[in-house]
Amino acid sequence: MTATEARAAERKPAQIVDMSWDPITRIVGNLGIYTKIDFANREVVECHSTSSLFRGYSVFMRGKDPRDAGFITSRICGICGDNHTTCSNYAQQMAYGVKPPMLADTIVNLGEAAEYIFDHTIFQDNLVFVDFCEAMVKSTNPSVLARAERTEARNGNIHGYRTVADIMRAFNPFEGEVYKEALKVSRVTREMFCLMEGRHVHPSTLYPGGVGTMPEPTTFTDYLSRLVHVLDFVKKAVAMNDDVFDFFYEALPGYEEVGRRRILLGCWGAFQNPDVCDYRYETMSEWGRAMYVSPGVVVDGKLVTNDLVDINLGIRVLLGSSYYDDWTNEEPFVTHDPLGNPVDMRHPWNQTTVPMPQKRDFDGNYSWVMSPRWYDRNSAEHLALDTGGGPLARLWSTALNGLVDTPYVKATGHSVQISLPKSEKLPEMTLEWKIPKWSNTIERDRARPYFVAYAAAMAFYFLERAMGFVRAGETKVFENYEVPDEAIGCGFHEAVRGVLSHHLVIKDKKIANYHPYPPTPWNGSPRDSYGTPGPYEDAVQGQPIFEENGPDDFKGVDIMRTVRSFDPCLPCGVHMYLGKGNTLTKLHSPTYGAAHA
Amino acid sequence: MTVESGTTEVSQHPDGAEPRRGFDEVHILWISEGMSCDGDTISMTAAGQPGIEDVVLGLVPGLPKVNLHNKVLSPAMGGEDFLAPFRAAARGELEPFILVIEGSIPNQNIIEGDGYWTSFGNDPDTGDPLTLNWWIDHLAPRAWAVVAAGTCATYGGIHAMAGNPTGSMGLADYLGWDFRSQGALPIVNVPGCPIQPENFMETLTWVLHHAAGSAPPPPLDHMLRPQWLFGRTVHEGCDRAAYYEQADFGRDYNSPKCQVKVGCWGPVVNCNVPKRGWMSGVGGCPNVGGICIGCTMPGFPDAFMPFMDEPAGGTFSTVLIRPYGAVIRRLRGITNMAVNREPKWRHDKAALTSGYDPYWRPTGAAKRERERAR
Ligand code: SF4
Ligand code: SF4
Repeated sequence: MTATEARAAERKPAQIVDMSWDPITRIVGNLGIYTKIDFANREVVECHSTSSLFRGYSVFMRGKDPRDAGFITSRICGICGDNHTTCSNYAQQMAYGVKPPMLADTIVNLGEAAEYIFDHTIFQDNLVFVDFCEAMVKSTNPSVLARAERTEARNGNIHGYRTVADIMRAFNPFEGEVYKEALKVSRVTREMFCLMEGRHVHPSTLYPGGVGTMPEPTTFTDYLSRLVHVLDFVKKAVAMNDDVFDFFYEALPGYEEVGRRRILLGCWGAFQNPDVCDYRYETMSEWGRAMYVSPGVVVDGKLVTNDLVDINLGIRVLLGSSYYDDWTNEEPFVTHDPLGNPVDMRHPWNQTTVPMPQKRDFDGNYSWVMSPRWYDRNSAEHLALDTGGGPLARLWSTALNGLVDTPYVKATGHSVQISLPKSEKLPEMTLEWKIPKWSNTIERDRARPYFVAYAAAMAFYFLERAMGFVRAGETKVFENYEVPDEAIGCGFHEAVRGVLSHHLVIKDKKIANYHPYPPTPWNGSPRDSYGTPGPYEDAVQGQPIFEENGPDDFKGVDIMRTVRSFDPCLPCGVHMYLGKGNTLTKLHSPTYGAAHA
Repeated sequence: MTVESGTTEVSQHPDGAEPRRGFDEVHILWISEGMSCDGDTISMTAAGQPGIEDVVLGLVPGLPKVNLHNKVLSPAMGGEDFLAPFRAAARGELEPFILVIEGSIPNQNIIEGDGYWTSFGNDPDTGDPLTLNWWIDHLAPRAWAVVAAGTCATYGGIHAMAGNPTGSMGLADYLGWDFRSQGALPIVNVPGCPIQPENFMETLTWVLHHAAGSAPPPPLDHMLRPQWLFGRTVHEGCDRAAYYEQADFGRDYNSPKCQVKVGCWGPVVNCNVPKRGWMSGVGGCPNVGGICIGCTMPGFPDAFMPFMDEPAGGTFSTVLIRPYGAVIRRLRGITNMAVNREPKWRHDKAALTSGYDPYWRPTGAAKRERERAR
């Protein structure tokens, strides 16, 4: 079992209450969290996560023209559809043997940078932070709010709020200043995205082989002018988040245990380096390391690998507590990778989705999300990696790798330094994200605004490169190719909330097999065949409860903060299947006061 | 003496406000638990014309007070707290409300046994999941208006494509095309994969104005789309259309020319995106280098696949237009060269040759003078 070490404490006789939240709000998609809470000892003793939607992408992709894959898989997710298109195009480029022009890769990088800034902003400020806003804290921890009123905000000189409570007020939904400002910023950054990729959510200008975006100087001026105008907000967001999170550690000693898991992080890398990347499998280890967000598997604080070939071969899809039939008796699609390494039958290249609808049973099968795991050859363990909601794993892996070295972002081996130029109100700033002590709820949330800064800083670098190409007259953005009769491909990318891979098998110029593995199956998976809980379950299970309300008016804010810290996004988790089932007997379904209903 | 000036608060004015014939307050019950990616909710938050917060905070004049119940934007923690207004509405205890459905509607009838394709909360008595279909069956008949957001909800979309295992369809296929809401409105379809943000907010605002009694119902076409948004084709608003007219076609995606040969379906697709842009006039499809894949259309996606090939029919029409386009392009080229030349009176020699006449009058002395001189 993975797990968080049990906290030694004097235990009182348990007073256990079943509690469930279904559907979970402020996330994209359908997710239910079912827990058992021991109110005497104020901790969660059991957690199951489940979801309720089947759409069947890996089923209806079969037999289609492989070039359509990016257009279709975009529709897996309504918030990061472009990450899917991008990843699909990476996989297709490998299969077709085509390297897009360098400017095309740079335009994709600019689009993806805008996407990260947009998505993390709207998620953190308009969805996650509602759990930390004044109205919420008042109804769950009034004493903490009282303390926040008396606590000076350390970074007030940057963000302009005097007390921590003032920041919390600014986060009140629809009314707070920051909440409203974040909606505006999320629009401007989406305009930046549209300049590169045409439309948001489902981009219109991305193709396997390159982009259709017209690379004129105006395209980049329009992007640059918007980027410059969101920088003040970005700098303030980092300062504000730090103030609130540091305050929580101080106000509620022990809060570091909330959502804490063993450090088991995966990052598949983002932002291709067009000088190095040729999309060939044979050279993947090399161009993977050249990415501007470094891939890596981090276990207990150590970098286990940063090699995309290792990462690829280690992926295993376990069925465990999900509603599927096994496929291991079928013929494999792919026995060896292009380097001659054997490919496991449980690898996505060989997967066949065989849905088996059945009753929901938390002691048996209870989810349509399968359990992807990463097989660590050294320890022979199937690791339930999580993505830290995306940014935590990205920053952690990049920091440890120490490979990224640009004028704007530098990885040091123990931290990531991010330099943002002067903006309207604030001077030039270098922010430093240092590897934290824990992989927990607060650090997952804290990493997010830092990654917004990271993406903004890298966007300046990509802009310089793009303008360099355009000024040199290198304006080609698309390379032609033939779809081969038979081929395989894989794409590795970071969806906003974490690891994303697409695996593709072509036979007779048609899709024979296609399996996307987005972050949510990794994070939201149920117990696997070895009984190991998925990361949401593992992070919630055993976590202490700090909310002041008792079982009768319990809201579950600490639990919801943990679940939301992973940036749950279920449409991608359940692109497979979801069937029948029923709930455990439920004593109480918590509610949040009607003040903001 | 009285002077009518300064500010008078109308609410304090004895005979100021006229009684309104519509609602003062309305709920929006938004269910995205169809087969969907939730992309329409996200897209809606991109609209600034008007923004969702403008509507919720009452900044748009003439609208009723709006209580929005949308899972993504809800301040609620989740579970029963969030479900409360939906449950109340299903019991008939919450009205008036506008029901917004996002996502395709799966066919429950093809499932044997008690399985389900998608659910929204649990049955409080049995603990079993409540299907999307159950909610539609209970809410649609009580709704003052029903709005379908996005191509999945309007016509089935991606999740209803060939080979799908769920038998998915659009809301009108499910409720019947002649469905009428409590407010006597047909389903209001806003297609788009996803919805163009402003198209959706504008339509919703119209429906809300209608609810307030300050506007007629929105005009819809035979596919229940707002006429003013979907009445023209992509091609008719595309800034590459002149290339088409001149039979000047891009051969791959590097070209700023018409993309019909590389997969654009614009000539036959009802959509205003190239004209309106994607948000605040920025972005779009063919105008910025994306082929139109027909994502607003009832035939989407099957009728348009494989997306990157020339549309059937494209060959014929582009052959037809070729001779005309070639001639027109050549003639325009000649004229274009002409209008690219500066008139010859601009020079630095000693004579003024611009035609300047200080006393020009149509019937004045200068004219007579000039005529005499001839
Ligand atoms: S690009 Fe498409 S919409 Fe534009 S003119 Fe050509 S065919 Fe018409
Ligand atoms: S132009 Fe075509 S692809 Fe673009 S939004 Fe309209 S219908 Fe969809």
